[in-house]
Amino acid sequence: MPSTRSPILLAVTLLLAGCMAAAQSPKELDYSRTRSSATGLYRGRIIPDGDSIPTGTLQRWTLHLETAGGAPVDVATVTVDGGMPQHGHGLPTKPQVTRSLGEGNHLVEGMKFNMGGWWVVKFRVSSTAGDDSLIFNLSL
Amino acid sequence: MLLASVVALILILSTPLHAVSRANARWSPKERELLRSLSIRRLGPLPRDPSNRFADDSMAAGFGHLLFFDTRLSRTGTVSCATCHLADRNFQDGRAVGRGVGDGSRRTMPIAGTSRSAWFFWDGRADSQWEQALGPLENPVEHGGDRTQYALLIAGTYRAKYESIFGRMPSLDGLPAHAGPVVDTLVAAAWMRISAARRDDISRVYANIGKAIAAYERRIDFAPARFDRYVDAELAGDSPSGASVFTPDEETGLRLFIGKASCVNCHNGPTFSDGHFHNTGVAPSTLTTTPDSGRATGVSKALSGEFSCTSRYSDATTEDCAELRFAITEGSELVRAYKPPSLRNVVDRAPYMHAGQLASLPDVLEHYSTAPQAPFGHSELKPLHLSQTERRQIMAFLGTLTSPLSAPPEYLTAPRLRSEKQSQ
Repeated sequence: MPSTRSPILLAVTLLLAGCMAAAQSPKELDYSRTRSSATGLYRGRIIPDGDSIPTGTLQRWTLHLETAGGAPVDVATVTVDGGMPQHGHGLPTKPQVTRSLGEGNHLVEGMKFNMGGWWVVKFRVSSTAGDDSLIFNLSL
Repeated sequence: MLLASVVALILILSTPLHAVSRANARWSPKERELLRSLSIRRLGPLPRDPSNRFADDSMAAGFGHLLFFDTRLSRTGTVSCATCHLADRNFQDGRAVGRGVGDGSRRTMPIAGTSRSAWFFWDGRADSQWEQALGPLENPVEHGGDRTQYALLIAGTYRAKYESIFGRMPSLDGLPAHAGPVVDTLVAAAWMRISAARRDDISRVYANIGKAIAAYERRIDFAPARFDRYVDAELAGDSPSGASVFTPDEETGLRLFIGKASCVNCHNGPTFSDGHFHNTGVAPSTLTTTPDSGRATGVSKALSGEFSCTSRYSDATTEDCAELRFAITEGSELVRAYKPPSLRNVVDRAPYMHAGQLASLPDVLEHYSTAPQAPFGHSELKPLHLSQTERRQIMAFLGTLTSPLSAPPEYLTAPRLRSEKQSQ
């Protein structure tokens, strides 16, 4: 299940890329760990290993997926992408959703963040419910 | 009015240095968290290395200490690991590029704290400390030897020590003096004439040499520096005193480091390195014509490494090899991207960059201030436009990261070489 680099995210990162020194994340960002997908097909929740998300270490997350109507989504193709919009670079690793854990939960392996600041993690979800993207903001 | 001015002047002049330092601190809660993240107190215990089950074996470390300093582990009998990794110079050599039996193409990297890394070498072409240790041994310009030569050395000189750690040595009877998958075509041809099973036996001895050296290197770590004492005092709310006092320049340099200069983006965490790979637009070396595309080729070598985490010589399960499994393997950001070394003890480690292209710290700050275009790929840098004063202040701060190394004292000098009989 290879991860693909999103052209949209790349464009956004390039547009936002600027002097690292002056960069501040937009104040209105939503950092919640439960989000609706871009066109509303899914709701997703990221569940890291602990309360805080560390930098510098590989992590396993659980991604909980359900339809807008609240039905758990167990069978889906999910790819992971992300990066730091202000720095113009992606994730330092190529994380993957490696298996379904049942009840709408999916194991995400290979998550890593190599510096503090504003990160964006994007899951592209494809299932019988349709294709959509879940985007999470993180402040590390 | 005049009297008030005089009194104020007297008060300023009589204020102790630590009080000035304290008054200038005013770190915000977010900055204090950043300082905490950089403190050596955050290092924690050494991470386990599941690919090397001898990593925490003290006998293996002692054996590795002997091997690290043994010049017989080279084609000429004149080069050991310690030839380039000088124990009294932070385990580096001060040269732009390493010099073993020939001239290398990369700067010798320091060793302290590297057991905390996921990737080794400037381009991360090894994924463990023991795989890294094996690379130079068969490199034609570093040690220049071959694994059969080394296995024969172990059998003839260190057999009892080896067997007490790793178990029985395989029979090496009838092997040629030199054979291995190296650049020398005669030695490589001799290697291919050896049966696959015996090649595997020899390679296992070779892998164990790397594991012993790694067990030794693993014990060379960072010790607290003046910076750490400053952070201790700051976080405890104590007035800095003694070794925790920063000069105004050092304190402003720290503020620049985590602020305007953004050094902390890549030089973060208690090792002052994010351990990943960045193209910072460093010019090609004038000392070598070897093409160098950094991580772009480094990651390919890591994935296909004969001694990688997923190899037959590793003690890890595939599950343990997550860094390799989830490594980014392609993309323009890998081109001429190199791993930032730790900045601890950086002021004593000129010249800088992956082939020593920048002779001094002022040269490094000039580079980051002007952010030249990358010769290949794309530099991540943007010009910082640092004033001369700001550069001096950042350098002053970097000086606070100097400390002795943390290691068993005997590991910081050459072992007393004795014959095996005497050492039993």
